[in-house]
Formats: sequence, structure tokens, C-alpha cells
Amino acid sequence: MTRHIRHSAFFCALLLVALFVNATRIQVFQAASYDENPANRRHTIARYGQPRGDILVGGLPVTGSRDTGEQLRYERTYEDGPLYAPVTGYASQEYGTALLEHSEDSVLSGADPMLSPFPLWNDFTRSQNAGGDVATTLDRAAQQAAYDGLDGRKGAVAAIEPSTGRILALVSTPSYDPAALSGNDSAVGRSWTRLNGDADKPMLNRAVRKTYPPGSTFKVVTAAAALDAGVVKDVDQRTDSPAPYRLPGTTTRLTNESDGCENLSLREAFKWSCNTVFAKLGVRVGVRNMTATAQAFGFNDTALRIPFSVAQSTFDTSVDKAQLALSSIGQYNTRATPLQMAMVSAAVANGGQVRQPYLVERTTRAGGSTVETAGARPLRQAMHPATAARLRELMTEVVTDGTGTNAAIRGATVGGKTGTAQHGLGNSGTPYAWFVSWAQDHRDMEAKVAVAVVVEDAEADRGEISGGGDAAPIARAVMEAVLKSAGGRGR
Amino acid sequence: MTKVGTTVVRVDAPAPAVRLPRRRGIELSLIVLAVLLSVYGYCDVGLAKNGSIPPGAAGYGAGLGVLALLAHIAVRLRAPDADPLLLPIGVLLNGLGLVLIYRLDLETPGDRAAPTQLVWSTLGVALFIVVVLLLRDHRVLTRYAYVCVAAAMVLLILPIFFPAVNGARIWIRIAGFSIQPGEFAKVLLAVFFAAYLAANRNALAYAGRRIWRLQLPTGRVLGPIVAVWLLSVGVLILERDLGTSLLFFGLFVVLLYVATGRTGWIAVGLLLAALGAVAVGWLEPHVHSRVEDWLHPFASIEAGQGPNQLAQSLFAFAAGGVLGTGLGLGHSVLIGFAVKSDFILATAGEELGLAGLAAIFLLYALLVERGYRAGFALRDPFGRLLAVGLASIVALQVFVIAGGVTGLIPLTGMAMPFLAQGGSSVVTNWAIVALLIRVSDSARSQYDGRQAP
Repeated sequence: MTRHIRHSAFFCALLLVALFVNATRIQVFQAASYDENPANRRHTIARYGQPRGDILVGGLPVTGSRDTGEQLRYERTYEDGPLYAPVTGYASQEYGTALLEHSEDSVLSGADPMLSPFPLWNDFTRSQNAGGDVATTLDRAAQQAAYDGLDGRKGAVAAIEPSTGRILALVSTPSYDPAALSGNDSAVGRSWTRLNGDADKPMLNRAVRKTYPPGSTFKVVTAAAALDAGVVKDVDQRTDSPAPYRLPGTTTRLTNESDGCENLSLREAFKWSCNTVFAKLGVRVGVRNMTATAQAFGFNDTALRIPFSVAQSTFDTSVDKAQLALSSIGQYNTRATPLQMAMVSAAVANGGQVRQPYLVERTTRAGGSTVETAGARPLRQAMHPATAARLRELMTEVVTDGTGTNAAIRGATVGGKTGTAQHGLGNSGTPYAWFVSWAQDHRDMEAKVAVAVVVEDAEADRGEISGGGDAAPIARAVMEAVLKSAGGRGR
Repeated sequence: MTKVGTTVVRVDAPAPAVRLPRRRGIELSLIVLAVLLSVYGYCDVGLAKNGSIPPGAAGYGAGLGVLALLAHIAVRLRAPDADPLLLPIGVLLNGLGLVLIYRLDLETPGDRAAPTQLVWSTLGVALFIVVVLLLRDHRVLTRYAYVCVAAAMVLLILPIFFPAVNGARIWIRIAGFSIQPGEFAKVLLAVFFAAYLAANRNALAYAGRRIWRLQLPTGRVLGPIVAVWLLSVGVLILERDLGTSLLFFGLFVVLLYVATGRTGWIAVGLLLAALGAVAVGWLEPHVHSRVEDWLHPFASIEAGQGPNQLAQSLFAFAAGGVLGTGLGLGHSVLIGFAVKSDFILATAGEELGLAGLAAIFLLYALLVERGYRAGFALRDPFGRLLAVGLASIVALQVFVIAGGVTGLIPLTGMAMPFLAQGGSSVVTNWAIVALLIRVSDSARSQYDGRQAP
């Protein structure tokens, strides 16, 4: 009998070994694959188990976290949600994240290993870092001024600091309150459906994710190309420009919005925004030089991140002469985001140099210690400094006595360029009103702000240049706000 | 065939030449350690969940301590030679179970199970004390063998007249208490099997036909095993309780083998078990789905219906890793239904890790080993079979449910001994420990310095 008891004891030991081996299989060897199974809610629970870090504007948070006491415990809240939505995006428990909430998610959620006090500390203790904060480059006053200026109309504003590339304002309207998407209840589902179904596309960030035909504002690029390529040596020399201008190889005749454009000098043609002069200039500069200058400004760049991605602004490189003529006045396949046009304006104000724009000044741990700072951004010479100086003059004259007088600010040098872009089949759509500008306080060494404004439903006759009427006042308000707060800071 | 069965053991044996140390002091210190460990776990849960020591910690510790102390005193009085490890293991497992249930209670505020479990544990320890005090010699039980089997039958049949709960007809509800009579039946059947086999083992061992190397039993003595097999299948079909059925059958086959030493019994047993399993797995949808879940634990995820309980259980074990998340910091509550009973091990696996899980397995292994050791040392066949049977119940039960929740075998509803929520189970397990204390006391007091034959 003893022998058989021993056998059955051995059998029990065998069962124990089987349990051990199987437990080790699950808890050690297959643990990683089980942990990463999308149906495993542990990651989600951990992610929302602590307050999310905040996004700061001017040192103050524009976001917050609310303790719901549910399984997914903390929900995102927003202050001035619609105002900052084009920057923050949303952080939804149901629909993921967008814009800064997306690109800075690892810092905000605490997942970034850089947030841990020591390397590998969290792997060892199984603890989670508190969410870090993201300080933006935005200027509260400028953002508010842009939002108020658009006043519910469809449009966008992008403002940057020319010498650094810091984005000072990024507004897109109509906007939405991202707080409506934070949770995971049925109301969130309804908001999501409503926002996505809205014909006005409130969740589209028009400042960086939508491209518009830049229209006459693109003449800054064409002028730069012409001066850099030596096609125009003296801005005051009369050009050989017929009006109307027959597009090369076609019978299409290009006209102007105003009379008296024939053979005007570059200075006068820029001031009065003569299509015929610039279309012909573009053809004379040629595809290669036009493309080189446009790309130096940032056109056709697919890799721009601020840190979220920016839609590619395009300048078509395979065009015939007629298409090149149209491309040179911001039509045909030339398209630009408002941010891209702000970069064009900033390059003029900054001696021809384009700084890559950015939104995140620095990221910090919950305690306030710095994780990462923006540092100097890559630099690109878009045009010769001399060309930039010429264009500064030309743009200033647009504001002093041209189409952009609405943007003038007392005590500051302001340069600008209006634009009205037609679009739609047979140009039937409501035109887009553009205004790009920069401003330099008389007491400053350099321009402090460059702005691009686009208003989609400008209530203007299509025959009239409305950029100066609709968009320029918004640009002025933004520039004034920046100069004021820069003045307050600097002195 | 050994000659053990013919050895006559006299109750009033002369004092053994070498007396084994009693080690009651060691038992007491281990009990104190077990209570302290449980209180520590209780405080740990409170600190992890709320940042403060739970207000009931002192009362809980005192309650568990007093219970353990009373049991210890009973052992000192009436079973002074008993194995000193059995009682501390029972106290530690029961205390750990209370901690885990209390921890899960915090996630389900509407459904508190720990207080009830403490009441049942008190009843269990009371039964333990009663058994140790009143049962002076385990051989008395042989007289009641047929009473036991009759009682077991009644207990097994009773739930058929009550409504099914969650697909299984294994509960009776009396005055707000849910009782699982099958749990008590386990011990009664173990007593019966041991008594029956001890009395008839010589007859059962008659060799019949021999096929290759298998010595088949004669047809005449096949009756009992077929009867037990029918009983198991009956339980399975009428009550849809795969686990209990498996346990009964496994227990019988183990005891039959130990009693007769015939490998033929194992062959017949495995054949019948396989037949029954295939037939039931084919015919019974409840069992069939369990097998499907076992083969494809993530099928419901792929079907877009979210993870099922087994998948959630596997996630919990995986989340624990080697060292665990720490008590109170896991999310095993995602398993949902039965997280405090059948799936309690998943909480241990997630929050204590593979290390804690291995420790729990080793505690069970030690309990089983002490039972087997008593079986080795005893001289009377009934005592040996009883010790082996009781130890095997624990071993099989741990394997069936632990293997089920970790995906080793198809999942069957069964309580993890001492850990899982369930009054009947706790009471039964204390009865098992009491009987093991009793047989080990006999075994060690009879020890005469020689290796048991």
C-alpha cells in the first residue's frame, strides 16, 4: 500500500508542477502579449487613473482634470475650450486625442520615460509618473484678439514671432468645446456625431490643416523670386507688362481688379496688387526659380510639425507657362495654410530668414522641473537680406497708402499684403479674404509679430479686393495685442 | 500485494521507543505568524486603496487570532501529537482569503462578502474544534460509513429541487443563506470510500483477465466503480456541476488504486472518464461552451464581444507578472461575476504576482504533503485511505480550479479551498483539516521509530 500511496503522492506533485509551469507561462512568457491585447482595459484604466497634465498659455493652464469617480477616473476639462481648441485639440476617453493633446500625449499622460525621477525607476517600482505640463508659446491677448476679430465668421488666424518661430496665435472658427468629447458616456457619442456631421467642420483646424488659394498674398513670394533671380533689378523701373495679359500659349486674357496696371513698376504693382504684372513676372522668373523660392519659404514641405502635423502648402512644379502665370498670383494649384503665409510674412520681417514655427515652449514635470525646452529652431534663408529689405519697403507702403491701410498701427511700422482668392467652379464660391502682415514697434530692434488672416465668407463683391476690408482689421488687432504685451514684457 | 492490511494495530499500544517531539509551541508561533501576515495584508489593502489603515483591522486581527487560538487549544487538549503545520496553513489560507475578499469588496460597494465569510470561517473553526474534541479515534467513522454515503446522496440530490443559479443547480437557499451541499458531500464520500475500500480491498484486488501489461479487474467487482461513475455523471447532468463530478470520480480512482494497487483500475477509470467527458462535452451545451472557451479564450474578443471571463482572468494573471502589482492595486475586478469565488486566484495572481501565487500553491502542496505523510505513517488501512483521500480532495480541487482559471484545463466552477468566497466550502475545508489533525495525531502517537511499513 505504501508504494501506491507514494505513486499517488507523485501524481499530486505532477499536478503541482503542471500548475507552476502554466502559471509561469502566463505570468512571465506570455504576459507581454496579454498586456498588449487591445481588449485588456488595464492600460486605459491606468491612463485615466491620474489627473492629466495641463497645457499652459502664458503660464496659466487652459486645461484641467475632473475626478468622476468612475472606472476611468479623470476626465479632461477645458477653460475657454473653443478659443484654444485649434491648439489643444481634444483628449477623449472614447475617441482618442488630437493636436497638442495627441502629439504631447506621452508627457501629459505621464507615460514619457523622461518624466521619471531616475532611469528605469518606474519599471522597477511599477509606479506611474504624474502627468507633465506643456507650456505653449501662445500669447493670451493675441489669441483672444484673433478669436474676437473673426467673430464667428469662418476663418483662421496664425501669428508667429519672426525671429524665433514661436507661434503667438492659432485660431480657427467656427470652433467647438473639446470638453464635450472628454468622457465616455452617450452624450459624448452624440457630440462626436454632431461635430463630425456639421457642414461648417468646427473640428477642422483651418490655420494649419486647411489650404487655401493664397491669391494676391502670394505676390510677396513672386516678388522675392523676381528680385532674387535678378529679373527685377530696380523696384521703381517700369516693367513691360501689358494689361490685360494674354496667358502664354492660350487665348485667355488675365485682367486686373483696378485700372492703370499697364507697365507699372514692381513697387506700384505690389501696392495696387496688379495681377498682370506679377503673372508676367512669374513667367519671366521661370519654374525653377519660382519653385526654389516658394520651397525656401516652406511650400511643398510635407514634414513640418509644430509639433502636430501641418497640411502641405503646395506650389505646382510641373506647369506650363500659362499655369505658371496663374500659380504666380496664388491661383491654379498654389495653395497655402494660413500658417504658411504667416511664415512668408515673417521671412520678410526677419531679413529673409524663415524660422520653423513651433507651439511648445517647454515641457515640465508635475513639480515644475523642466523636461525639455524648444531650443533654437532650424533656419532657412528664403531670400537675400537685400531682397527682404526691398520687400519690407513694399509691404510697408501697402499699409501706409495702398490696399492695406486698415492694418496701420500708431507708433509701429507695419507691412502687409492683401489678397482675395477666388475659388469654386468658375470662381462661383464666396471669395477668401486674405491679409498677411508684420509689425515692428518703433522702439524695437526687430519685428515682433507676423500674421496671416483668412476669412472665408467675406461679404464682399467679387470684383473688389476685400482682404483689406475684412481681414486687415483682425490682423491689426492681433499685432497690437502682441506689441502691447511684448512692450509690457520688454520694458 | 503488501501485507500492511494484515497488520493489527492495537489502540492501547505500549509507549513507543522513540517519542516524536510534539512541537505544539512551533504550531503556536506559526499561527501567530499566520494571523500577523493576514492582518498585514488587511492593512496593506487599506493603505493602498484609501491611504489609511482600515478601521476594522484590530477587530479583524483579534477575531482571527481568537479563532486560531481556540483551535490551537483544542488541538493541545485532544490531539497533542498532531502535525504542527496543518492548523497554521489553514489559518493562513483562510486569513489570506478574507483579505482578498475584503479587497474585492472595496471595488463592489453594493456587495460585501467579507463579513459573511468571517461568520462562515467562525462556523468552520467551531466545527474543527467540535471534530477534534469529540472524535477521539478516526476508526470510529468506519461504523458510520453507510450513514455517510446515504447523507452524501441526500445532500447531492437536494439541490435538484431548488432553482438553478447561474446555470448550475448546486445551491439550496434557506433563510437567506446559500448552502452548497455538494461541498459537505465530499468529506462524507471520502469517509465512505475509505471505509468501503479498506473493508473490500482484498476482494477488489482479485485479478481478472490480463491484456498486455494491464491486469484488468474481474467483472464482479466492477460494480462499485461503475456505480460511482454513474453517480458522477448524474451529478454532472442533473446539476451541471462539472467540477464536483470530476472531483468525485478522481477521488474514487485514486483511492481505488491506493487500496488495491491495480493499474487496471486506473485504465478502467480513465476510459470511463474519457467516455463520460466526450459524451457530456458533446451533448451538454454548458460543458461544450466551457471546452470551447478553454481552446479559444480570445474567441469572444475576435468576435467583437469583448473579453470573456477566462480572457479577463488571463489578463489579470499576466498583469501581475513576477512580483505582482501589490495588494489593492490590480484590476482583477474586471472579471466581473464570480471574481470573489471561482476566480479569486486571479486576484492573488495579479496583486501578489507569480511569487505570491507560487507561495499559495506551496501552502496547498504542504497541506497535501502533510496529509500523505500521515497516510504513510498510519498502520490501519482505513486511516491511510482516509488521509490520502482527504489530501487528494484538496490536491484535485486546487488543480481543477487553479488549472481552470489559468487556462490549463477547461474551467469548472469550483471553490479554491479556504481562499474563495463560499460558506459551505470554508466549513468543509475546516472539517478536512480537523480530520487530518485527527489522523496525523494517531499516526505520530503510534510512531515507534521505524519507517512505516
